[in-house]
Amino acid sequence: MSNAPVDNSRRRFLTIATSVVGGVGAVGAAVPFIASWNPSERAKSAGAPVEVDISKLEPGQLIRVEWRGKPVWVVYRTPAMLDEMKKHEANLRDPNSEEPQQLDSAKNSHRSKRPEIFVAVGICTHLGCSPSFLNGGFGEKVEGTEHGFFCPCHGSKFDMAGRVFQAVPAPLNLEIPPYTFIDDTTILVGEEEGVA
Amino acid sequence: MTAKVDKPGAIGAVMNWIDDRIPMTRVWNMHIAQYPAPKNFNFWYLFGSLAILVLVNQILTGIWLTMNYVPSGEGAFASIEYIMRDVEYGWLLRYLHSTGASAFFIVVYLHMFRGMIYGSYQKPRELLWVFGMLIFLALMAEAFMGYLLPWGQMSFWGAQVIISLFGAIPVIGDDLTLWIRGDYVISGATLNRFFALHVIALPLVLVILVFLHIVALHEVGSNNPDGIDIKRKKGTVAEEDKPKFKFHEYYTSKKDIVDAIPFHPYYTVKDILGVAGFLILFCWVVFFMPEMNGFFLEAPNFEAANPLKTPEHIFPVWYFTPFYAILRAIPDKLMGVIAMGVSIVMLALLPWLDRGKVRSIRYRSGIHKLNIAQFVVTFFILGWAGATPQTVTSTILSQICTVTYFMFFVLLFVYSKNENTKPLPTRLTK
Amino acid sequence: MMKKLLIGLFALLPTFAMAAGPSVPLMEANHDLTDNASLQRGAKLFMNYCLGCHQMQYQRYERTFRDIGIPVEIGKETLIFDDSKVGGHILNAMDTDDAAKWFGAAPPDLTLVARVRGADWVYTYLKSFYVDESRPFGVNNSVFPLVGMPHVLQELQGVPTAEFEEVEEHGVKVQKVKNITTDGSGELSADEYDQAVRDLTNFLAYVGEPSRLQSEALGIKVLGFLVIFFILAFLLKKEYWRDVH
Repeated sequence: MSNAPVDNSRRRFLTIATSVVGGVGAVGAAVPFIASWNPSERAKSAGAPVEVDISKLEPGQLIRVEWRGKPVWVVYRTPAMLDEMKKHEANLRDPNSEEPQQLDSAKNSHRSKRPEIFVAVGICTHLGCSPSFLNGGFGEKVEGTEHGFFCPCHGSKFDMAGRVFQAVPAPLNLEIPPYTFIDDTTILVGEEEGVA
Repeated sequence: MTAKVDKPGAIGAVMNWIDDRIPMTRVWNMHIAQYPAPKNFNFWYLFGSLAILVLVNQILTGIWLTMNYVPSGEGAFASIEYIMRDVEYGWLLRYLHSTGASAFFIVVYLHMFRGMIYGSYQKPRELLWVFGMLIFLALMAEAFMGYLLPWGQMSFWGAQVIISLFGAIPVIGDDLTLWIRGDYVISGATLNRFFALHVIALPLVLVILVFLHIVALHEVGSNNPDGIDIKRKKGTVAEEDKPKFKFHEYYTSKKDIVDAIPFHPYYTVKDILGVAGFLILFCWVVFFMPEMNGFFLEAPNFEAANPLKTPEHIFPVWYFTPFYAILRAIPDKLMGVIAMGVSIVMLALLPWLDRGKVRSIRYRSGIHKLNIAQFVVTFFILGWAGATPQTVTSTILSQICTVTYFMFFVLLFVYSKNENTKPLPTRLTK
Repeated sequence: MMKKLLIGLFALLPTFAMAAGPSVPLMEANHDLTDNASLQRGAKLFMNYCLGCHQMQYQRYERTFRDIGIPVEIGKETLIFDDSKVGGHILNAMDTDDAAKWFGAAPPDLTLVARVRGADWVYTYLKSFYVDESRPFGVNNSVFPLVGMPHVLQELQGVPTAEFEEVEEHGVKVQKVKNITTDGSGELSADEYDQAVRDLTNFLAYVGEPSRLQSEALGIKVLGFLVIFFILAFLLKKEYWRDVH
């Protein structure tokens, strides 16, 4: 008078085998449900690398492009801007870009592949506002530095290499996205040579 | 109730802890492991568990579809194509859902047919049958509203035709159709309310009704192909005739039980086999022919809804066609709608229309067998007629079959009172 | 094999006429979704001859290239004629309102045409243009009477002329197209034109349901798995039911 199955090895083997195969099936059935949460073709297309034509970019000018929904700046830095960057390094939080805010190719004093062309994600590392480019007049914020980026939300300040000044809320330098020079006048934002 | 026996070991400790708080083990034993089920269930008894499987499939794939579906007149059609093309495995989720809808009706129709031939609606299972009919009604509403959501030509015009049926109701008809649509034609407003009902309201109703259906089943116990009771008056069954299995005291304390086996493991393994067989057929359709020759997905529905252009022929999906044929068979709009409604009500009234004392077709008269056979044929012809462009032949056929459809119930009511039945066995056969 | 067996099985079911067939019997497209060369030729034909007016607003270039075996870089150079992004939809610059003015109705989107009408219809349609000076574009079509578009593939096919016969339909005598012949002025021979149309049909059939081949490849594996599971479940059931019988 018991419902306990007759204890024979065939029964045990079949029970385990069916359970295991059934379990595999359940896992397999879960695959489409899980995979459907990956970025769709639409999201991938919208997040695809963006080509930027810089042939008409003039010294001192900034252009904005959208990449993965974020503003990306491309700035043509003048020699004056580049000179200025060396002078205030003592006032910066992370002058040598030790924090991982860029790929190795931009880990240098000007934080770019070419000294004059600066590419950065234009989002403040504090709370995500987009800082304004002050092409002159930045001296009001930082003495002796005429050019820089100033975040209107909480007053964070960055120099022309996107490096954050001390004593502001933003903790990190601006992020440098992966990018590639396709030719002299075209940048591909979102793709780094040799990096997927 | 016997005193609880504590289970040994670490897992046992966890289970004891839970059992002290909710009746996990008790419910498992009462309704599964020590639930007495007649030992002679055949092929026809697989469709209940399969219906639950399909319900789970519909709920899961449905939830996942809503993650990318856009319920608006402007976005619905494009979002379906987005799911079909841009979302990883989106096509599979959609085909599982669209095929599942048809599979649901196949399984439910077979389940209902089983109930008819073995008299499972008869006393004391009337309420069980009525809950089943309510599930069927909720399912039809669910399927109808779901079919609008892809916002294709058939979605639009099918809904247009069905909603217009309400216009046949005297006095309030026109206002009622306007109210259902929320607009002067089927529009985004209609789509949005159907979406809300399809994804939230009706699934909730369905799940509750399924729960009640099972509660009612376990209260009275399953019928079986012989249609005789396995629960006998206490003390009428000799000790050597009692099954060798242990059943829950809840059942054995009130009745003596014959020819029963515990639901688990015997019917769980059998249902698993049924599930495997069903999935082979189901996946065949899903992966190789999700349109099923236009039965499951109609070609005109791959064209976005266009209120200015009616497709040449509008048919409901196959599972509605028998009832749609009854509607079309009657040349008067109001009478057609009434006939269609009554055709479903008649099914719900079966427990009272059948006055027979013998349940199973195995022991009923030849006339009953003939009557059921003609009903099956009628149902198929109506299904065919409802999916065919209206011609003189198809109209005459559907009119004849509308008569034979209702004749089934009338005849049943008449002959079942004094039916010439065969003697019932005292024990389950085989 | 499996598919054939299956189709055979369901062919036993009564087939419902889903839409009244056109009065002209359709020719069989005999297209092959696994034939990438054909799909690629079809894609080229579509981009060159159809895309000017008809879009595929739900289908993306990049996915199309990937599915039919064209390297993305080559596809970008040879099949995208405007400044569309490779990840973007296959669109044209035609304004729908203008188009409606020019053609009487905006040219329909063709993403799903092969699913709505069937590949055989598309194939037959493309072969059924004939010269009819009474029409605004100088041509008519025997599967799509009073068609509102020019015969775009005429430079390939040559000038098609129709032979008519008189048949009785619902008790009325009507002229029906019996046969269409061309004057041989096209760039392609009759056989080559048939193949070109087949390629284009194949491409449209692919775009109608781009997941078709993926579905069948996965389906075989799923069914194989389920058969194994079925056998195990069968043995398990038999084993347990020895207690009962």
